[in-house]
Amino acid sequence: MSTEFMLIDNVPVEIAGEKNILAVIRKAGIELPTFCYYSELSVYGACRMCVVEDKWGDIHASCSTPPKAGMEIRTNTPRLRKYRKMILELFLSNHCRDCTTCEKNGKCKLQELAQRFGIKQVRFNNTSGEPDLDTSSLCIVRDRSKCILCGDCVRMCDEVQKVGAIDFAHRGSKMRVSPAFDEPIAKTNCVGCGQCAAVCPTGAIVVRDDTARLWHDISDRDAKVVVQIAPAVRVGIGKEFGLAEGENVMGRIVAALRRMGFDEVFDTSTGADLTVLEEAGEFLARLHKGEKLPLFTSCCPAWIQYAENNYPELMPNISTCRSPMQMFASVLKEHYRHSNRRVVVVAVMPCTAKKFEAARDEFREDGIPNVDYVITTQELVKMIRESGIVFSEVEPESVDMPFGAVSGAGVIFGVTGGVTEAVIRRLADDKSVSALRALAFTGVRGLKGVKEASIEYAGREVRIAIVSGLRNADNLIRQIKSGEKHYDFLEIMACPGGCIAGAGQPVTNEEGRKRRSAGLYDSDRMSSIKRSEENPVIMALYSGLLKGKVHNLLHVEYRRKA
Amino acid sequence: MKAAIDFGEMDAILTKYGHKANNIIPILQDTQAKYRYLPREAFSYLSEKLGISTAKIYSVATFYENFSLEPKGKYVIKVCDGTACHVRKSIPILERLRKELALSETKVTTDDLLFTVETVSCLGACGLAPVLTVNDKVYPAMTPDKTSELLAKLKEAN
Amino acid sequence: MLLTREDLQNARTQYKTALDAQRTKILVCAGTGCVAGGSLDIHAELVRLVKERDICCDVDLEHEPHDDSVGVKKSGCHGFCEMGPLVRIEPQGWLYIKVKPEDCAEIVAETVIGGKFIDRLAYRKNGETYQTQENIPFYKKQTRLVLEHCGHIDATSIKEYLALSGYAALEKALFAMTPDEIVTEIDESNLRGRGGGGYPAGRKWSQVKRQKENQKYVVCNGDEGDPGAFMDRSVMEGDPHRMLEGMIIAGYACGASQGYIYVRAEYPLAIDRLETAIAEARECGLLGKNILGSGFDFDIAISKGAGAFVCGEGSALTASIEGNRGMPRVKPPRTVEQGLFGKPTVLNNVETFANVPLIILKGAAWYKTIGPEKSPGTKAFALTGNIENTGLIEVPMGTTLKEVIFDIGGGIRGGAGFKAVQIGGPSGGCLTSRHLDLPLDFDSLKKAGAMIGSGGLVVMDEHTCMVEVARFFMNFTQNESCGKCLPCREGTKRMLEILERIVAGQGEEGDIDMLLELADTISSTALCGLGKTAAFPVVSTVKYFRDEYEAHVNEKRCPSKTCQKLRKIFIDATLCKGCSKCARLCPVGAISGVIKEPFVIDAGKCVKCGACIEACAFKAIKED
Repeated sequence: MSTEFMLIDNVPVEIAGEKNILAVIRKAGIELPTFCYYSELSVYGACRMCVVEDKWGDIHASCSTPPKAGMEIRTNTPRLRKYRKMILELFLSNHCRDCTTCEKNGKCKLQELAQRFGIKQVRFNNTSGEPDLDTSSLCIVRDRSKCILCGDCVRMCDEVQKVGAIDFAHRGSKMRVSPAFDEPIAKTNCVGCGQCAAVCPTGAIVVRDDTARLWHDISDRDAKVVVQIAPAVRVGIGKEFGLAEGENVMGRIVAALRRMGFDEVFDTSTGADLTVLEEAGEFLARLHKGEKLPLFTSCCPAWIQYAENNYPELMPNISTCRSPMQMFASVLKEHYRHSNRRVVVVAVMPCTAKKFEAARDEFREDGIPNVDYVITTQELVKMIRESGIVFSEVEPESVDMPFGAVSGAGVIFGVTGGVTEAVIRRLADDKSVSALRALAFTGVRGLKGVKEASIEYAGREVRIAIVSGLRNADNLIRQIKSGEKHYDFLEIMACPGGCIAGAGQPVTNEEGRKRRSAGLYDSDRMSSIKRSEENPVIMALYSGLLKGKVHNLLHVEYRRKA
Repeated sequence: MKAAIDFGEMDAILTKYGHKANNIIPILQDTQAKYRYLPREAFSYLSEKLGISTAKIYSVATFYENFSLEPKGKYVIKVCDGTACHVRKSIPILERLRKELALSETKVTTDDLLFTVETVSCLGACGLAPVLTVNDKVYPAMTPDKTSELLAKLKEAN
Repeated sequence: MLLTREDLQNARTQYKTALDAQRTKILVCAGTGCVAGGSLDIHAELVRLVKERDICCDVDLEHEPHDDSVGVKKSGCHGFCEMGPLVRIEPQGWLYIKVKPEDCAEIVAETVIGGKFIDRLAYRKNGETYQTQENIPFYKKQTRLVLEHCGHIDATSIKEYLALSGYAALEKALFAMTPDEIVTEIDESNLRGRGGGGYPAGRKWSQVKRQKENQKYVVCNGDEGDPGAFMDRSVMEGDPHRMLEGMIIAGYACGASQGYIYVRAEYPLAIDRLETAIAEARECGLLGKNILGSGFDFDIAISKGAGAFVCGEGSALTASIEGNRGMPRVKPPRTVEQGLFGKPTVLNNVETFANVPLIILKGAAWYKTIGPEKSPGTKAFALTGNIENTGLIEVPMGTTLKEVIFDIGGGIRGGAGFKAVQIGGPSGGCLTSRHLDLPLDFDSLKKAGAMIGSGGLVVMDEHTCMVEVARFFMNFTQNESCGKCLPCREGTKRMLEILERIVAGQGEEGDIDMLLELADTISSTALCGLGKTAAFPVVSTVKYFRDEYEAHVNEKRCPSKTCQKLRKIFIDATLCKGCSKCARLCPVGAISGVIKEPFVIDAGKCVKCGACIEACAFKAIKED
């Protein structure tokens, strides 16, 4: 078949299977503005910013027009500029315009486009009203006066996550995004994954900011503030400071945190190594007994909540292992049990749902949470900026002893498939390097939403599924229940792509996710310790601190919320 | 004051529509026909039975004008404000109704739950303009005074 | 149960014989309009009286053909709603207007028994008394094809429909034509969608037919939401089988086995009649499995709207049937490819489907002889507003506006001057006296910047303020905007704000240009057809009545004296007797004076309610 071309602003551009002309236009190097277009979500076509003009002067929304050979499209005519400006003006006329105090200041799509199109004046009354805050959730904060009704959050919550905690309510100029009966979001079936905030182009849904209280504790001399950093954070933060997307900047983060005043800095990968050993052991035990299979992983708190809400009957199948963050936190609290200062455990996470997890009753001792603060990568960025540290010039430093070593297996927890790969490494009989390399190609790697793999263990086939995105998980569970599919082990992460694309991370795109993923696998490759059980820290823990306390400190039984 | 819903009745409605989520609109219509509004409890019940989120049901219910989340009056009076009725002076009729019943654009139902007053965009009875309906019975060629008489009659009937 | 083609033919013959045997037929209009006027009581009374006299009263062709039977029927809308309740007497074709239950005894005694015309129930105009319906000017210029049965048969009886060649077109389609031939016939007839867009129905059908899907749907759009339009309602109420027949033929032609009728909830009577009709058709075997032994299965379900104008838009309508918010979606894919439940769907409106049996029966060539070649056939219009004869009419496409308004509509109510007519509802535009010779068809109207829409004609006299009309429509559209796309959601809101300011006397320089700028943006960028046309009433009123807008904005004056806040009320000192009645009546105390001397109005306090004008016995209070 010969190649097909279309003309974009008089330049021939090849059509290579793009679903819409917006994709072709962007490929041609033109950044057409949109609010409501995400290639991962269904086409909604509501913001009308991406309109283009054809040679007959007809206007089309490029997000929803398929390309055709010979099509002639203009993207920047006087008419289009006029319409885009009017559309922006109309958006702004119904939008809070207190940009300087907005959480999204500098990252807001509306602000960016208003600036790009030179909107100097809004000729209509502002009808957005007072800020209308919903602060009920531990994970996200909503402000309806900043909502532009692009529907990205609604589609994300339903199409990708199958949660449907929010939807449009009412119609016309009274339309808004809200839970049923305008309930506070915390009273709904929201699982706290925060993906709504990740796609929100404005400040209408943002990640909850807990840094103010944390700063206070950091400066408290009576408090010993220790911090753990999740695997995905190290590859998600660099770009914010002018470094390459996906670059592993763990050493710099450690250094920056010390300068900010944290007393001890650790790596959550240590917790992940513990999880690998515990989960592998649990899986083998179940496999041996042939009960409570398939085993579902338990690292992702949004998944746990989803299962509690929708499949309470599956709770026995979920691993009793605490998440790496919680395992490590209980180890830390135990380690500093006799400290003469108040020990504050902070976790830097790529995840909004971790804020909810940390607050769960199951993870409190005498009412005090094991993790005192969860701050997201986004919040860490703000703290670094606030402290004035020039991140790109910081000399990397190592994490503190006695938890100074991690394995590559623990680090790859940050990407979908990582937990599975780490556990398989633990199970694999042949521990040679080539066996590990081969393992990388069994299908556990890659950013696809559903991956299947199978390995041989003790003469039998172990069937594995790796899922990210809760709708994918739900589909698979239905197939398992209907008997269509059979697995022994399922890794489930709520965020598509795993923790590297967690809603707590700086927002990225598909390319960014690939780089972040590559960053973690590179880190694993360079690591001298590949397997969790080879981590000396872990061995020391089992023979020391954890003795007789494994069950208490590393496992959990989730109690269904009332 | 929220009437508790009768789950048996809800089940009958669900059965009539095959427990299908895409029948949510007729299901809500039948529910409203039973209770004269959509009781809040119905949402969580339907959500559970149909496997769709309450937010989604709420989103459908609030999109369509005919659904009410507040209890409606025994007599639902709809004043047509379609073009034909509008040019033949339907607004004074609406004003008279609201005045006599102490209602407004935002408060549409009387406290004794006897009357609800709404507007409707066109009843298609343009030849009889201006018209209003009381529980779907059409009253043609209305005037403010005839409206008052009608109200008095309805009140008396109670 | 009609199992075969022969069964159907026999049934038709049987019912025709029974119908022909009725010596007299009394057709009581049971359309929404006349029902509201009490016509059901009249029907019941007539049945009672006829039975009382021991005459064989045949309500639903229930009896064997009987020489001396009298049929008393509930018919569909006769169209002359202004004069309702209407009663038609056949075979004479007499029409009685404004009939009351008290008149029934006389009708039975004089007309049914005595065969005499009752003069006092006749329609009179300009000193002339009209006995037969067809001679009344309102009917004389009409060509009733789609509405041919409306008012002439019992709307609740499939038997009467069968008696008048009902389902003969379906029979022909099933047994004498291939699906391809049907689509070709419809295509060649140039039948264009009556819902507004005027898209050729045949093209739509052939696109659906082409789709390689096992499941396809036929959907009938009965969500007639335009204020001032009730053509489809009348067909659904008055001749439901005609439209069902059209749908079944469409299903056979396109390979669909399931149909849906989406009807506004505001049409309870239409829903009722349709439910009856569908049940009857099922009982007769004209719906269901293996229709008339042809092997073709088809059934129809009713989907009741829940109050959203936007559901008249195709993709919003299908979304609504699917149980979603009625928000239009982006196209492509088009409804013919992925419509209801993602399957290929024929979506036409009531009137379009009602045309189908005629075309199948009489052929495309015949159909094209009516009206202009490019948009042939007839069109039903609802005539409303300041017009003498409000009602439902049907004329050949291409009839001029003048003929419709003056010959059929009887001109402007109360003899006032004609100013404009709003055509096509809130998506349409206005036509003025300069358009009176414009032929009403799809293309001519499009050229004139208006659209036929679904066929609502709202006539406005010289006392109508066009700015207020534009505000009224914008208020409607704004209320009915689904809220999905920004231009329609926010743009119509801003346009309404400006219009509300203008009619309240707070217009500012630049307002008119801003209205046009917003209108241009909305029309060019809105997502769906309704959004794109939302600003048309404003654009067309500005085009033809810009001076009225300017008077409001610049001089704070409403030329037609309609806008209350712009009224200037004063007391003519030469006429005022100083009785103080007005001052006592004024709700805001704006009038003061000394008894027996001329009073004055404080313009600053006056709220322009006009109560004083009506109260003054000396006509001393006037408006500028």
